[in-house]
Amino acid sequence: MTPATNQEARNGPPSGAEKLVQSLEREGVEYIFGLSGGAAMPIFDALVDSKIRLVLTRHEQGATHMADGYARATGRPGVVLVTSGPGATNTVTGLLTAHMDSAPLIVICGQTITSMLGKDAFQEADVTGITYPVVKHSYLVKDPEQIPRVVREAFYLATSGRPGPVLIDLPKDVTTAPCRAPFADRVDLPGYRVPGRADPRSIRAAADLLRGSRRPLLYVGHGAVISGAGKAVVRLAEKLRAPLVNTLLGKGAADETHPLHLGMFGMHGTAYANKALEHCDLVMSIGGRWDDRVTGKVDEFCVNARKIHVDIDAAEFNKIVRPDVCIHGDARLAIEDLIPLVDMLDTDDWLRQVGRWRRQYPLKYSKRGGLHAQHVLDRLQQLVQGQAVITADVGQHQMWAAQFCLATTNRNWITTGGAGTMGFGFPAAIGAQLGRPDTKVWAVVGDGGFQMTQCELATAAVQRLPVKCLIINNNYLGMVRQWQELFFDNRLSGVDLEGNPDFVKLAEAYGIKALRIRRAADVDRRLREAHEYDDGPCVVVAEVVKEENVYPMWPAGAPVSQLLIDPPKHKLEKPVGST
Amino acid sequence: MAAPDPSGGNPSPTRSHTISLYVNDRPGVLVRVAQVFARRGYNIESLVVSAADQSGFSRMTITSSGDPEILEQIIKQLAKLVDVVHAVDHTGDHSYETEIALVKVACALDSRTELLQIAEHYSAKVVDYGADSLMLRVYGSSEKLDAVIELLRPYGLKELVRSGKIVMARGVRST
Repeated sequence: MTPATNQEARNGPPSGAEKLVQSLEREGVEYIFGLSGGAAMPIFDALVDSKIRLVLTRHEQGATHMADGYARATGRPGVVLVTSGPGATNTVTGLLTAHMDSAPLIVICGQTITSMLGKDAFQEADVTGITYPVVKHSYLVKDPEQIPRVVREAFYLATSGRPGPVLIDLPKDVTTAPCRAPFADRVDLPGYRVPGRADPRSIRAAADLLRGSRRPLLYVGHGAVISGAGKAVVRLAEKLRAPLVNTLLGKGAADETHPLHLGMFGMHGTAYANKALEHCDLVMSIGGRWDDRVTGKVDEFCVNARKIHVDIDAAEFNKIVRPDVCIHGDARLAIEDLIPLVDMLDTDDWLRQVGRWRRQYPLKYSKRGGLHAQHVLDRLQQLVQGQAVITADVGQHQMWAAQFCLATTNRNWITTGGAGTMGFGFPAAIGAQLGRPDTKVWAVVGDGGFQMTQCELATAAVQRLPVKCLIINNNYLGMVRQWQELFFDNRLSGVDLEGNPDFVKLAEAYGIKALRIRRAADVDRRLREAHEYDDGPCVVVAEVVKEENVYPMWPAGAPVSQLLIDPPKHKLEKPVGST
Repeated sequence: MAAPDPSGGNPSPTRSHTISLYVNDRPGVLVRVAQVFARRGYNIESLVVSAADQSGFSRMTITSSGDPEILEQIIKQLAKLVDVVHAVDHTGDHSYETEIALVKVACALDSRTELLQIAEHYSAKVVDYGADSLMLRVYGSSEKLDAVIELLRPYGLKELVRSGKIVMARGVRST
């Protein structure tokens, strides 16, 4: 009988690479997203004998975003495998993206042999050194016997507490040497504690504060998505009779179509959500970190409102605002503990007021003068009704998708928030589709961001994934153009994407079905056709009007009260905020 | 002579903080710690790293000054590092702090007596007696070291090496 694996043929202990792959199997890894190269060859070789499926990407950045999309769609860690040097440095953007948004990622890098470390060997890069600021933790493994321990710790760290990316750098001599160490089950990390249930005193303090509120507002962040707190949050809102808003990344935790839900707030949030924020007397962040996109000018942010902050990461307390009550622990457990301690509040006037704002300031867009991106996304919402995973890239299309595509289910909305990484949306959708084969997955991308990772069309085609990619094509870097129009006297600089390819032909060159939408009348038909096509990827190119702006908006660094619901009639000052 | 006092008396929001860290003795720990400061543009004024009593762990004592709110954030970010077992800010908690300095001072024949008097007053030990210089070893609070260095400066400081501050909490409290 021929031996099934290399290791059986050798009849000896596994190599470091084989032990690594076996350890990954023990962690339940289904997919590895990666691209090979010299220093990683032993690991790729070991994958031949594994049931883990290798998804060969066309660029390492794409691999990281696929793993990230997989992680966010499933809640399970995404695994990346790349080679040393440029292979590893190409993961840095993906690491930043995952780190900023607390996504569990394991990035495994090949490395030159240990005796050549620090000697400028071929394809050597000090990858642990380069990535320190963008990882939750990292390892440079110099002893093959440490591999099982490092893998166990990496998965534990990536997925527990506030999740994040963990990098493992593996010199080639370490992956080729034998590894006799047993698999690791327990971790010994004296410097790492995972917060669980919050201190009951902080929960009682929050209940006391809520009791005195007449205009409460619950602000739902990404932590609520990660901890699965959404259902509890809705129960809390219903019991208190308090309205809800969510951040860009908090979408999906609590059903955005719930009558108490006001949708997304923040720089491009709905006017009624932002009005509620401006006028509330208590704001409670549930797994949000008071990002500058939601607070505006911090000195004027909710100055008269009491603040409660639920977070699993103590370093978020007092970082941006000084809350009256900090609840340190898992968001779901904290809200479940809080619910029995609160009673219905007298919010009749408040809810009436919020309802008036909702009627007075609805999201709106023009249907005249060509095809409008908002119309396409509004129709996409009507088509999928929250029942598809939607990933978004970065820019105007992302904000419109966030405004119009209401998320009803946890982990059905995926985008890059903190890092704002162009090129994220499409590969993230590939990862999400692999993780959620029974759910329809739509990537909503702009023409600028799509071109940063469009090489992954090949990956989607090879995998025959029924992922749909809606390109909102305005032939501009539209969000920057909007800012140049509003704040820089419309002096356009570096935003005109002349030279864009014909995206339909581009997709077809990969053997991918592609559709084009030019007229509003074609929107429903084309979207439905793509939605129902399951025999591989489908690209839909919406050729939208070039110069459209996202409203509402507030200039970066301006207070929430300066929200522009409609296009301004006067010239605006240059924004003072970060970007 | 008044020595500059970085730690008190001044109501300015900037003050010097003494932070002690108990860390895993692993490669890269120092870089991770240093980056928490560097990312926020904070200067590490002194840094002492040495083995802890338990094998596999090290102690770090760091002094840095700046906005107290940012230092609060720095300490929380330090505590968050997986390799940091704990991070404690000892500022204002009356922990025992000390530092050693080696001072090489020019010593002409006519100033030798004065220099030796200064050394004696500050319990500094002459550890090297050269033809035209003295090396003094002095220890004590950083403020005391500042004072003695300022006293010696007019004689001609040739070299100065300070160890950086180390700290230990008193009584039942832990460092």
